[in-house]
Amino acid sequence: MGTARLALSTGTRPALLKAAPAVTLVLFLGPIAGGLAGTAGPAFGWLPAIGGNALSLDPWRSLFAWPGFASSLRVTVTTGFAATAISLGLVIAFCAACHGTAAFRRAQAFLAPMLATPHAALAIGFAFLIAPSGMLARLASPWATGWTRPPDIASVNDEGGLALIAGLVLKEVPYLLLVTLAALNQVRAEALMRAARTLGYAPMMGWMKVVLPLVYPQIRLPIYAVLAFSLSVVDVALILGPGTPPTLAVLVMRWFSDRELSLWFPASAGALLLAALVATAVAAWRLAEWAIARAARTWLEAGARGGFAPASGLIAATTLGTVLALSAGAVAMLALWSFAGAWRFPDALPRFWTLATWQAQSTGLVSLAATTLLIGAAATAIAVVLALLCLEAEQRFDIVPGRGALMLLYLPLILPQISFLFGLQVALVRLGIDGTVAAVIWAHLLFVLPYVFLTLADPWRAIDTRLARNAASLGAGPWRVFLAVKLPVMLRPILIAAAVGFAVSAGQYLPTLFAGAGRVSTLTTEAVTLAGGSDRRIVGAYAMVQALLPLAAYAAALAAPAILWRNRRGLAVT
Amino acid sequence: MLRRRTLLLATLLAPAARAATPANPLLRAPWAEVLAAARGQTVFWNAWGGDDRTNGFIAWANDRVSERFGFRITHVRLRDTSEAVARVVAEKAAGRNEGGSVDLIWINGPNFLAMKESGLLFGPFLDRLPNAGLIDREGKPATVTDFTVPVDGLAAPWRMAQIVYVYDSDTVRAPPRSIPAMLDWAKANPGRLAHPTVRNFLGATFLKQALFELAPDAEVLAGPATDANFGPTTGPLWAWYEALRPHLWRQGRQFPENGPAQRTLMNDGEIDIMISFNPSEASTAIANGQLPPSVRSYVLERGTIGNASFVAIPYNAAHAAAAMVLADFLLSPEAQAHGQDPRVMGNFTVLALERLAPEDRARFERLPRGAATLTNAELGRPLPEPHPSWMTRIVAEWERRVSR
Repeated sequence: MGTARLALSTGTRPALLKAAPAVTLVLFLGPIAGGLAGTAGPAFGWLPAIGGNALSLDPWRSLFAWPGFASSLRVTVTTGFAATAISLGLVIAFCAACHGTAAFRRAQAFLAPMLATPHAALAIGFAFLIAPSGMLARLASPWATGWTRPPDIASVNDEGGLALIAGLVLKEVPYLLLVTLAALNQVRAEALMRAARTLGYAPMMGWMKVVLPLVYPQIRLPIYAVLAFSLSVVDVALILGPGTPPTLAVLVMRWFSDRELSLWFPASAGALLLAALVATAVAAWRLAEWAIARAARTWLEAGARGGFAPASGLIAATTLGTVLALSAGAVAMLALWSFAGAWRFPDALPRFWTLATWQAQSTGLVSLAATTLLIGAAATAIAVVLALLCLEAEQRFDIVPGRGALMLLYLPLILPQISFLFGLQVALVRLGIDGTVAAVIWAHLLFVLPYVFLTLADPWRAIDTRLARNAASLGAGPWRVFLAVKLPVMLRPILIAAAVGFAVSAGQYLPTLFAGAGRVSTLTTEAVTLAGGSDRRIVGAYAMVQALLPLAAYAAALAAPAILWRNRRGLAVT
Repeated sequence: MLRRRTLLLATLLAPAARAATPANPLLRAPWAEVLAAARGQTVFWNAWGGDDRTNGFIAWANDRVSERFGFRITHVRLRDTSEAVARVVAEKAAGRNEGGSVDLIWINGPNFLAMKESGLLFGPFLDRLPNAGLIDREGKPATVTDFTVPVDGLAAPWRMAQIVYVYDSDTVRAPPRSIPAMLDWAKANPGRLAHPTVRNFLGATFLKQALFELAPDAEVLAGPATDANFGPTTGPLWAWYEALRPHLWRQGRQFPENGPAQRTLMNDGEIDIMISFNPSEASTAIANGQLPPSVRSYVLERGTIGNASFVAIPYNAAHAAAAMVLADFLLSPEAQAHGQDPRVMGNFTVLALERLAPEDRARFERLPRGAATLTNAELGRPLPEPHPSWMTRIVAEWERRVSR
C-alpha cells in the first residue's frame, strides 16, 4: 500500500505505532492468560491464602459429588446447544427465504436497537412478558384463558431451561443476522443469486445451495462465540434459568460467593470444567459442520432447483418477526412497569400511572448511570484508540493480519468469562488495583476491544487509498494524513464502533463484579441483583435506564456526523 | 450472586498488616471525642440489599447523619450477610487488622455467632452509646440474647422482627394456625403456598418455625445441633416437609429467591399464604401498592419465632467512630419511630417506650397501625430462635434433598 512508503519518508516515531498491535495484544491477552492460570491453581487445590497448600484432585471430586451436578451439566449443555442451533436456524431460514425482499430490508432497521439492548434488560423484560403472571397471560386473561389467577406453569426459571433458551434466542438472532448481512456483502450475494436464478434455482434453494456455503465460513467464529456465550452466561441464566439446580455457570458463581471459603476449590474446578465444556462443544459443532457439509454435498450436486414450499418463506419471515417483536415487547414491558401504580393480575394495564418509582429511585439511578457512563466511555475510548492505532499500523507497515490474529481477537468472546475472571481478580489484587474503577475499565476493555476492532476493521481497510496519497503529495506527513484526512472521513464508522463498544461495556455483569470486588456497582449489576426479587416497578426502572444508555449512544453515533459535518455534505452522509 | 464477596480475595493476598489492636481507645473515649472522630468519615454499612424499604431507610439515615454528624453512609448492598462475614474472616487471615473494608454489618444468627466466636467484633461498645439505656432489655430479651447467644454488648439492636403469615382474606377464609394444619391446607389448595429458597434466611426460617412445633423435644433447640441430636430432632420436620413439598407452589421444585420475590407472587395472586419476618409487612405493602388491600396477617396458635436485627462493627473497621455514632443514631427515638412507620419499614422498635421523653413517645403514638397489622396481644410473646447451628444444618440438609 502507498501509505507504507509515506511512513518511511518522515521521521515521526513509526516505532511507537509499529508496537501498537503487540501492546494491544499484551494488554488484552495478558489478563486472560493470567486469569486462567489463577483459576487453575485452586481447581487443583492450590490457594495457600485459604489453606490450599497441596495439589490434589479433591476439588474435582467435590464438584462431581454435588447432588445436582449431573442435572446442572445436562441443562447447561441442552440450553447452550439449543439456543445456538435455533438462533442460527432462524437466521438462515430468514435469509434464504427473504433475501432481497422488503421484509429483509425492514428487519435490518431493527437490528441496531436490538443489539444495543443489554442481555440483562432484555431478559428481565422478557420475563415480565412470559411469566405466568406476565403480560401475555394478562392480555389473554380471563376472556380467552379463563384464568383469574396466574396458572401454575413454570414458564420462567423452568427446570428444562426453555425460558433461558428463548431469552438467549432473542438476543442472539439480531447478532447472527447482523454478521450474516455483513458476510453477504463480502461474498457478493446479489450477483450469486442472480446467477443462481439464471440457472433456474428457486430463490430459497438458490440461497441455500449457492450463498450459504460461502457465507457460513464467514460467520463461523461469531457462531462459536454465540455457542460459548449460551453455555456459560450468568446474568441471563440467573434471571430466566432454573434455580434448583442452576446451570453450571450459575452454580460456580454461587460457590464463589459462599461464606464457606473452601467452596472456592470446587468452584474453580467448575470454572475450568466450563472452559473445557465450551472447547468440546465448539469441537463438536465443527465436527457436525463437517458431517453436514459432507452429507449435503450430494444434495448440492444433485441439481434440484425447487423443493421448498412457498409458505416456508412466510413462516421464516413471521418467526423472525415474532422474535424481533418479542424483543421490542420486552423492552416496552420495562417502561410500562416503571410507570405503573398498582397493577394486579389479570389487569392488562395498571390501575393508574405514576412517577413515584422514578422519583423514589432517582438518586440511585443517577449515580449508577454516572458510573456506568464513566466506565463505558473510558473503556470505549481506550478501545477505539487502540483499534485505530492497530489498523493504522496495519496500513502503514503492510501488516497482513492472519487467521491467527482473528482467532486471538475472538478469544475473550469464546472463553467463558467465569473461567478466568476469578484468576484475573487474583492478579488485580497483586497489582493493588482490585475494586477500583480503573480495574473495572480494564476488565471491560477485554470484551469491548474485540467488538470495536471487528466493527471498525472493514470500513477502515476499505478507505480509498487515493485520499491519503493525494494528501501526501500535497506535503502532509503520515500523522497529518491520519488526523486530518482519515479520521474525518472515518468519523461515522468510528462513532458506530464506539457505540457498539459502549453497549458491550454497559451490559457487562461478571467482569464488573469480579474486577470491582463488589465495590463498583453499575446499572447492570444493580438490575440483575434487583431482578432476583425486587418490586417489578423498581426493576423496570433500573433495567430501562440500563437499556436506554446504549441506545442513546447509538442515536448519538448516528446523529453526530450530520451535525459535525453540516458544512461538508459529502462527509455527513458517508 | 457474588456481589461484595470477591473483595475478600483482595485481603487474602494483601501484604500482612501489623498485629491486631484489641483495646481500642474509642471504647474509652468520651462520647464527644467519638463524635469528633466520626466527622468526615464514610461508614461502609454492609447490609442485605434485597428489601427496597430497608434500602430506603438506610438512604434516609444517610441524609440525617450527614447533616447532623458530618459523616456519610455507603450502603454496600449484600446478597447475603455471610458475604461480609467472610470478608472480615479473610481480612484477619491476611493480617489486615486495621483499615478493614467493612465498618458496620446488619447481622444476627449464624453470622453473629461466627464473628463472635472468631473474635472478629469490635467492642463491647453497646453501653458506650448514649441511647443504649432506652433499649427494652427486659421486655424484649431478643435484644440481649441473639439466637440463644449472649450479645455481650458486641452488637446494637436496631429493630425487632417476628414471624407472621400473610394471607389473602378474599380467597382464604380460615388460614391454618398450626404446622400440621398447614400441610392439610396445602393438600386442599395445591400450589397456593410458597416459601423462599432455604438458602435465603426467610426460607430457612420457614423450616425453623415448623421445627419448633414438630421437634419431639423443642428444648434441644436451645443448645447446639450435633451429629447425635440433629437426626432425631429434625426427622419429623423432614417427614412433614416431604409431604408438603409436592403441594407447594410449582410442586416445590422452584422457590422464590427471597421475601420480596415471594411477595410479588402473592400480589399476582399466584399464592395465597406467605411467611414474613415483619409484622407490618401486610400493611406496609398495601400502602405501597405491593399487595392487595385484602391481605391480612396471622400467627400460629403456639406462637411464632421472633428475633432482633443488630448492627455490629468488625474489629478492624476503618471507620469505627462513625459506625458507633450510626449505631447510636439507629437507636434514637427519631430513627426508631421512622423505622416503625408502616409507610417506611414498619419494623417494631427495640426501645422501651415508657422510658422516652413525652415528645419522643408521641412520635410512636402518632404512627398509624394498618388494618392488616396484628396488635401486640395478638402477636403474642415471640418464641426464641433456636441455636444458630440448627439453621446452618437445616440449610445444608435442605440443599441435599432438593438438588437432584
